[in-house]
Order: sequence, then structure tokens, then C-alpha cells
Amino acid sequence: MTPSTTTPATDLFAQVLRQDRRADPYPCYAQLRRDPVVRMDDGTWLVSGYREIRQLLHDPRSSADRRDPQNKAPQAARSLLMQDPPLHDQLRRVVTEEFVPRVMGMRDHLGDLVSGLLDAHISDRPGRLDVVADLAYPLPVTVICELLGVPREDEALFGSIARRLTRGLDPVDTQTEEELRELDQARNELIQYLEGLITERRAEPGSDLLSGLMFHQDPDDVMGPIQLRVTLGLLLIAGHETTVNLIANGTLALLRNPDALARLRADPDLATPLVEEVLRYDPPVQMSGRSALADIDLGGTTIPEGSRIRLLLAAGNRDATRFEDPDRFVPDRRDNAHLGFGGGIHYCIGATLARAEAQIALTALARRLRSPRLVADPPPYRENAILRGPEKLLVAFDGLAPDGR
Amino acid sequence: MTGAGAAGLRTGRVVVVGASLAGLRAAEALRDEGFTGDLTLIGEEPHAPYDRPPLSKAVLTGRLACDHIELPRIRDIGARWLLGTPATGLDVPGRRVELADGRQLAYDRLVIATGTRARRWPVEAGGGLAGVHVLRAREDAERLRGALAAGPRRVLVVGGGFTGGEVASACRELGLPVTVTQRSAAPLAGALGGVIGRAAADWYREAGVDLRLNTTVEALEGDSAGRLRRAVLSDGTAMPVEVAVIATGAVANTEWLAGSGLAADHRGVVSRGDCRAVADCGSTAEDIYVAGDVARWPHLLFPGQLLRLDHWDNALAQARTAAHNLTRDPGERRDHRPLPAFWSQQFGRYLKSVGVPAVADQVAVTQGALDQRRFVAAYGLKGRLVGVVAVDSPRVLDGYAALIEARAPFPPRLGATDGPDRLDPVDADFPGRDAAGVPQQDIHPPSAPAPAQTAHR
Repeated sequence: MTPSTTTPATDLFAQVLRQDRRADPYPCYAQLRRDPVVRMDDGTWLVSGYREIRQLLHDPRSSADRRDPQNKAPQAARSLLMQDPPLHDQLRRVVTEEFVPRVMGMRDHLGDLVSGLLDAHISDRPGRLDVVADLAYPLPVTVICELLGVPREDEALFGSIARRLTRGLDPVDTQTEEELRELDQARNELIQYLEGLITERRAEPGSDLLSGLMFHQDPDDVMGPIQLRVTLGLLLIAGHETTVNLIANGTLALLRNPDALARLRADPDLATPLVEEVLRYDPPVQMSGRSALADIDLGGTTIPEGSRIRLLLAAGNRDATRFEDPDRFVPDRRDNAHLGFGGGIHYCIGATLARAEAQIALTALARRLRSPRLVADPPPYRENAILRGPEKLLVAFDGLAPDGR
Repeated sequence: MTGAGAAGLRTGRVVVVGASLAGLRAAEALRDEGFTGDLTLIGEEPHAPYDRPPLSKAVLTGRLACDHIELPRIRDIGARWLLGTPATGLDVPGRRVELADGRQLAYDRLVIATGTRARRWPVEAGGGLAGVHVLRAREDAERLRGALAAGPRRVLVVGGGFTGGEVASACRELGLPVTVTQRSAAPLAGALGGVIGRAAADWYREAGVDLRLNTTVEALEGDSAGRLRRAVLSDGTAMPVEVAVIATGAVANTEWLAGSGLAADHRGVVSRGDCRAVADCGSTAEDIYVAGDVARWPHLLFPGQLLRLDHWDNALAQARTAAHNLTRDPGERRDHRPLPAFWSQQFGRYLKSVGVPAVADQVAVTQGALDQRRFVAAYGLKGRLVGVVAVDSPRVLDGYAALIEARAPFPPRLGATDGPDRLDPVDADFPGRDAAGVPQQDIHPPSAPAPAQTAHR
């Protein structure tokens, strides 16, 4: 065997990670799906079939502790995203109890935020909008900062930290030494920032989510100072780096499918199934990780105990054995149990909020933009392969109408 | 009619007897499958098809009114509806259904989906008294809701299965004192065995239920106006009660099939894997299909017995399979072999089960612990995983479901991070087994009223 010999799976996955494939990794996923469960040369397993992914998401034998050499954080200092039961369940209960009531009844407020962001660009003449910078990014960031009680003036500082940290989620071998150093620095900045925020809030509690988490009456007493900081960091980053891609990917799908855009303009109720279809067709979170706690027979092979596993959620979402005509964007697709929010005990806590934000933002774009079209197709993409989305999404229009809600 | 080719299979007259979940979904599926002929639905109840699971939950506590439980229609079925007209007889050779009003209805192919009803209390032991309730139809639920809302001093629930547990739970939620009698040594024992049943007994007691195990009701006694006043229990106590709910299981609605030549009795109608009915003599009754709670059929994953499932999911899937097979040539028929699943909510807990725990001989807790709020227990039969029940932890069940389908060994090797260091399988302790653990009769999970999660999406 020569050093250049790699198995197709290893090679295909390397292509998925390459920046020049970022705009359209789906053909690589399709090739990977021919072997829905396959071992790469480095011993990591890739799972790309819908049913196989779904099983692992729900399987008591799969651990969310990635056994990841990259992650040097001690077990207790990992977020619930990488924790297993029973600690995971205790943490999740605290976060759910504090987070969910605060996002109920938020739709009107989200509508106001979207209106305000678009109002800045009202025009009866042709113009341009960067849907990422002007809507998809500021909307969820404002919402998560409001929820958590992060002062508005800190948003810029925080945003830069979040951006740098997100890149750190990608596989380590795709990052340069300098990027890794940069990542450490971003991590330290985040810790400093969050500790400052926690100290302030401890002295002066409010009604925000951070105060709620801090003073949660928790019989299990799991939300200690370190876990509080870690949870806060998770929520902030999740709020910054995922919904932005859902809105941007949704806009892209609409502009590439003018029929869907016209239908959404005429029928705002279409927003509900349409956002689900975006989550299937072009999900903001492309993959997740697990490790095997026991031997797992799956897809005609056995994943040995102790293996690291990559779940290619975006590949499973295009599995023709589960979704009819999977490469077509069908805005009113029925029976759309996609993997866009993951599944099992780690199912996205922010799913309801993300759905509402995307539904409202996409509906407003469809109604208010006159003759929108993409300036560049494909648009430039951010480097991240896991939390994947456009860097910029320039849209040219003939006019941007005032809000006629 | 038979052998008329694909076109013939999608025309002609189909009569569906039973207009609840299975009947309605079978009718819809027939149209989905391209059936363009005459379609008639016969229903004993006067109502449009409605969802039963809320009856023992939100309807009793008053959170949901019965006019909000009508089943959503998936498609227009262009059918003739004969509601409030029970079928009273079946003439197989003559291909005719007899109705209570004397009419006769001719069919080319028939779907039997008449379901089950609650077993009633014998009249000679007080079953006719005002204040003695069962829970199956929406009128039952409305009547019981009214009786509970009137604030009785004590409610007696006879039977600690799923329906009994849900009723007792609703009573406690309403602040009513409630006594539950259970013939065996633990609630839920018939469906989940004594080991898990004993854990459930703790929930009953924590919720303030007066739980009487190994106890039966000998008589219900009334006053001169015929109103329930007193219950006499086998432990010698006599307690004043104004409301009693009989939750001792279900009986299949098959009386109308007496003399038809089909293999039918109080346990259900025997059918093949492909949903076709079986005749008394053991031959297959052509052109007659069975779906839903009334069907008893062989399941490859659980050999050696006929299954009858009172599960929402099963009604739906079996209706679809029956409709598919009814409109297809023999070579294109498929077997109904779903992985059974159901759920129940009681005493603030959410139970979900996959597979058939009731056939098991052993049980082992695989995640959490019995005295904790959440746990998962796996059930094995002769060294093979056959069922799982999860309490307040439903999100892992799909993983177990795949293991059951794959006939994984029991105890399963999971390595779950919240599991015990070593699994400790014990006798599942189902009542009514002989020394070797062999069931004395056909097994069906008794009276599980709850549907899969999809019921309430």
C-alpha cells in the first residue's frame, strides 16, 4: 500500500471538508451513502444513511462524548451537547425549564425585529441587500443576547469570538497551527467575557435567562460555576452560528426556486412546511458526532466499541430510501421527519425558536422584496464545514416595500 | 369478483364495518390505493370517527371537550356513511352484512374493524347501578367527566391496568380520593409484569391513591333509588363509594359474526399476516380483511401466539396493510408486521413501550433505576430482546426498537452511561403463567388505551 492510497470514504469525506466543495457537498454525500456505514482510514466511522443515523441518535449505545482528541476540556467542563445521561439529562432539564418559557409567545416580537431590520433598506428603486449581514445574522444574535441578558453593546465583541470559535468545531486536521492558536485565544476571551458577565449578574440579577440559570432551584445541583459558563457559551454560540445559516440557506433555496418564492408570498402558511424542507434540504448543522459504548451492528457491519462516529445529518436528509425525490426542494413536502435538528436526547433545544425566526424572516423577505435575485450563485461560503452557510448572500431587488403586516 | 385483474381489484363494492380509527383509515387508504368503487362505512356509534386516547386523560380532567376530538381526515373518501347502525350479522357465502335496522348490505369485499368494548360489570353484582361506569366511547367519558366534576367523596377504580391507572391519575389531578383494586400483586402487571408493576405501585401511592393489591370487588351495592353507595371488597372491607369505574379489560365486538363461519370470539377475529380473515375450519376467507383492535394475528417477531393489540399505531398500520392487500393481486400483498408501540400518561409520568413486553420471561433495567423517576427496562424471551418500556425517557426507544427488529440477544449489551454496571435480568413476574413461565392463554397486552406519540401531534 502506498501512502497515497486511501479508501473512497476517506477520500470523499476529505472532499466534503474542502472549501471548494462548500457550496455543494451533496454529490459527495450521495457517493458516501452507497456505503451508509463505513470506516475511514483514521478509524472514524461515517454514517450517511437516514435510518442508520436515526438509530444512532436514539441508541443507548451511542455516547455524545466524542472521545475527541481535540477536546481537552475535562469531563465536567463540557457542555450538555457532549454529555451523556444521567448528567446530560439533569443539565438539559435545567436549561429546558429556563429557556422554553422565555421563548413562548415571542412571535410578535420576532416580527418586530424582522420589520426593523428590513425597514432600514426600504426602497422603491433597485437596490441590494446582504441577507446574511442585514437579516440572517443580526436577528438570532439580537434574540439570544436579549434572552440571555447580554448587553447590546457587547454584541460585536461577542460575535467575533463566536465566529472564531465556530471554526474550531471542524476536524482538527483541516486547521492550520495558526488557526488552532487563534482558537485557544478565542476560547480564553470567551471565558473572560462570560465570567465578567456572570459576576455582574450575580451581583444584580434580572429576569433574563442567565439569571434564571444561575438561580435555578435545582435539586440535582448540576449548574455549578463552570457548568454555568459552559452552558452560557453553548447557548450564545448556538444562537449566533446556526439560525443565521437556516435563514440564509432558506433564502438561497427560495431564490433558486421562484415557484416556491411566489407560493410563500401568496400563502404565509407555507412557511411552516417550507422551513422544515430547508432543514432537510440544506441543514445549517451538517453533521454530528458520537462514539460507540458497545459493539453496534448497523447497516450490515459492526461498529466496534470505542469507535468515534460521524453522523452526516445532511447526507441522511437526502436518502432516497426515506425521502421521495430527495434532491428536489419541495416546500410543502409531507412526512418530512428530517434530521436537521438532530434527534434523540440531544434534539435541538432551540428548535422552536429557530423555526419561528426562520419562518418569520423568510415570509418577510418573500413579501417585501420585489423581483429579488441572487447576485452571485453560488454565493461565497464560510470556511466551516459543520455549521455551514454563506459568508455573504447578496440579493438584488427592484424594490423593498414597507411592512404591510 | 376475484381474479378480475388489477382493474377489478380497484372497483366493485367494499363495505367497512366499524367507523373508528381503523375503519376510517382503511377507507382513506383504499382511495389512496386507487380504489374507485362503492365504499360504505358502517358505524355502531352515531358520531363521526373520533380519537379515543384523550378520553382517559384530558377529557376526564376537563382540559379537552369531546367536540374537539374528532379524527382529522387525511383525504376525501367519497363514501356512504351508515352511522348509528350496528351490524348484526354476516352472510359470508351470500356476501351480505345484516344491519340492526333490518337492512342488508351487499359487498364484494369486506373490512372488519369493529374494535373492542370495555368489559362490563355483571348486573347481578351491581353493574346496573347509577354511578357504575366504563370508559370506551365518548358518551362514557362525558358521563364519567360529569360524575367526577360533581365531586364524589370517593371513586373506586376496578382494575389497575393502563386505563385504570389513567383514570386514577385523572381523579388525583382533580383532587378526588380514589381507591384502585387490582387482582394481581402489582398494577400494570398484565402488560409489564410484576417487577415494573411494583415500581408503578410506588407512583400510585405517592400520588395518594389507596391501592389495594391482590384484591377484587365482590359486589357493588346501591340504595333504593338504584344509585351506587357501597363496594364490598375481597379483603372484607366495605367502603362507601358514589362512582366506580370498571377497567378490567376489553372484549372484542364479534357477536355479529356468530354463525358466519369466521374464527371469531370474545378475543377477536383470527386473521392471517396479510390481514385476511380465517374461517372456523382454518381456511382463509377470501375477500374479508380484518384491522385494528379486533384482529388477532400471527407476528413473525413473536411466534407461537396470536397478537391482539389495542394500540393506536397498530390500528393505523393494519388498516393501511389491509387496504393495500385488498386492492392487490396475491403476489403484491404484504404482511402486517409492525413493531408494536404504545404510550400512557399517569401520575405525571410518561410511559412508552415498544415490542411486546407481555410475552417476555425476563426483565432487566438497562438505564436509570426503578426507584428513580426515569428508567428503561428491557424484556427478554428465551434470550432474545422482545420489548422495552421507557419511563420519562422516550427518546431512546427507536434505538431499542431497531434491536428488537434485529432479534438482538437479551440481556442486550449496551454500555449505556446511565445503566447499571452489570445488567441483572430477573423473572419478569407476569401473573397467570405456569411454573415454566408459559402463558395460560393467548397473550395480548391488556387494554392499553394509549396511542403512539403521533396521536397528539
